[in-house]
Amino acid sequence: MTRPVVSVRDLVVRFPSLDGSSEVRAVDGVSFDIRPGETFGVIGESGSGKSTVGRTLVGLLAPTSGTMAFGDRDRAAMTRAEWRTERRHYQMIFQDPNAALNPRMTILDSLTEPMRIAGGRSKADMQDTALAALEKVGLRRDMAQRYPHELSGGQKQRVNIARVLPLSPRLIVCDEVVAALDVSIRGEILNLFKELQDDLGVAYAFIAHDISVVAQISDRIAVTYLGQFVELGPTEGIIDDPLHPYTVALLSAEPQPLPTHLRHRRRMTLEGDIPSPANPPSGCRFHTRCPWATPDCASLEPEWRELKPDHRVACHHATEKGMPPLPVRESVSSD
Amino acid sequence: MTGAAIRPILDVRDLSIGFRGRRGQPALNIVHDLNFRIAPGERVGLVGESGCGKSVTGLALMRLLPGAAQIGGQILLDGKDMATVSQGEIRRMRGKKIAMIFQEPMSALDPVFTVGEQIAEALRLHENLSKADERDRVIAALADVGIPAPKRRYDEYPHQLSGGMRQRVMIAMALINRPDLIIADEPTTALDVTIQAQIMDLLTRLSEDTGTALLFITHDLGVVAETCQRMITMYAGEIVEDAPVDDALLSPRHPYTSGLLRSLPHFNMEKGRFAHIPGRVPSPGAMPTGCRFAPRCAHAADACTAPQELRDIAADRRVRCVRADDFVLDGAVAGETA
Repeated sequence: MTRPVVSVRDLVVRFPSLDGSSEVRAVDGVSFDIRPGETFGVIGESGSGKSTVGRTLVGLLAPTSGTMAFGDRDRAAMTRAEWRTERRHYQMIFQDPNAALNPRMTILDSLTEPMRIAGGRSKADMQDTALAALEKVGLRRDMAQRYPHELSGGQKQRVNIARVLPLSPRLIVCDEVVAALDVSIRGEILNLFKELQDDLGVAYAFIAHDISVVAQISDRIAVTYLGQFVELGPTEGIIDDPLHPYTVALLSAEPQPLPTHLRHRRRMTLEGDIPSPANPPSGCRFHTRCPWATPDCASLEPEWRELKPDHRVACHHATEKGMPPLPVRESVSSD
Repeated sequence: MTGAAIRPILDVRDLSIGFRGRRGQPALNIVHDLNFRIAPGERVGLVGESGCGKSVTGLALMRLLPGAAQIGGQILLDGKDMATVSQGEIRRMRGKKIAMIFQEPMSALDPVFTVGEQIAEALRLHENLSKADERDRVIAALADVGIPAPKRRYDEYPHQLSGGMRQRVMIAMALINRPDLIIADEPTTALDVTIQAQIMDLLTRLSEDTGTALLFITHDLGVVAETCQRMITMYAGEIVEDAPVDDALLSPRHPYTSGLLRSLPHFNMEKGRFAHIPGRVPSPGAMPTGCRFAPRCAHAADACTAPQELRDIAADRRVRCVRADDFVLDGAVAGETA
């Protein structure tokens, strides 16, 4: 197998609270590889740590502990100068296309800025490269002279994509990149991501809360809950035969735009709220909301098991055929 | 549902909403020729993309638009015209006849009052109860919306509650005076998907239990499919389609509804290219004179250069497309029709 683009082991990212008395464990022991040219989907709800994982992948946040290898180099072994050169191959595109562009810079200036920072190119070369990138994302060259407010949201997101292309990225972290766009134009942007990947062989870490979007674009999907991965496997495996109860609940909670008789999935509504990542539950973090939870789940942290080829899960009760039938129990009243 | 036998709780007739232009600029017409009804207890989804006029419509129904808004037509709520009744009458109707739930519960709640006091305030405007009775009613309302330990929660501040709990508080506040109609503008958009599922179930259950009609304003067709009985699709300030929800999803009759449904990714979809609608929504100042969707429509023909009427095509279906009978459009499931 080829060498991963990024290899992450036991990644932990913690943020101290304002008064320093406690810590939020945003990411708490996560291991995965991103393979060249693949789309690695990350789904989860707010507070699951999915954006923190993304920011750490491009060096915007430093790990509290754990190792990250970029290509064949350990991040911790790199000098500042080496990291400066290396990190340009790991780029990020953000959710809000407006906030990511400086309103006082022309599109051309925004496009050449990353190249100026990377250095080593003449002004004319940077301009040509920028204009070529603009065409590559489906915008006309004359857009380069405009300012962000003259562009639509979809066009701005295309510019943000064009900005990172000249740096020959090996990995682009896409954090909720279509969430701010209207449904009717999302498809265009997602198609563009696919075309660029076919063309350039770039890998994506595609972070989103919208499971149907992630399912459509990803080769593999990681499901996050309270700072940990609860399941990681091929997209078909995750969507068609999820192994973790949280994945089952997440998939069944997604409202489907289908008439009643075609909605196959029975809704499994989770009780209660997502616990605070500052004070996560003991044992399996999902046990407070899990219909399958047993006393063991509250005390023992589940192992990260490879139950099927390339398909891992962290659950005491999961089997390779999915979850056992739900235990019958008294319904719990809400007060 | 749209039958004339039952008197509708809401009857919107020829509603138009415009905003006065700034110095010398022409007024912008945002919503045009809006006609629809909601039956008692009915759950209706008002869907469309940003800028289609759905939220401004919701605010107009509550008469919450700023003074610069120019409103034409009638908004008959239980026979009274919300567009013209006096301010005093409006205050008596808000909360009691019609209530609203907003997208962002944190900005809709006052951070310096306890949630109990805020709900009690809504109750106090319409009923004269003793302090103790008032508190009991509010606690019962908190329990109805599934808030655990409602006695304790009464005295908590909004920041002490999670996003899902805050939205439950908003729902309790909207329901406390048992209104005939609740307008919910993107009530689950700010929530996580597992919490969204809880709130959708709650709204559906409460509507069934209390007979309150619901107008769901949302861009999320999945939410409409799972909670509503009827779906009204808006595009560029106009209703383009009005149909029972399953019919709209399976066999839409307007090309825009079809395009929107085809643009949605689903789990079961074949991997491949994502569908989308080419082009962009026209801006309010530059509306096409004919069909407003024609510049983006694959079926546009000569007949589409004339303004389009919202016409009846069945007892319970309306569509604003002169060519609707000329083609069969794909719905949420290609090749499957109702």
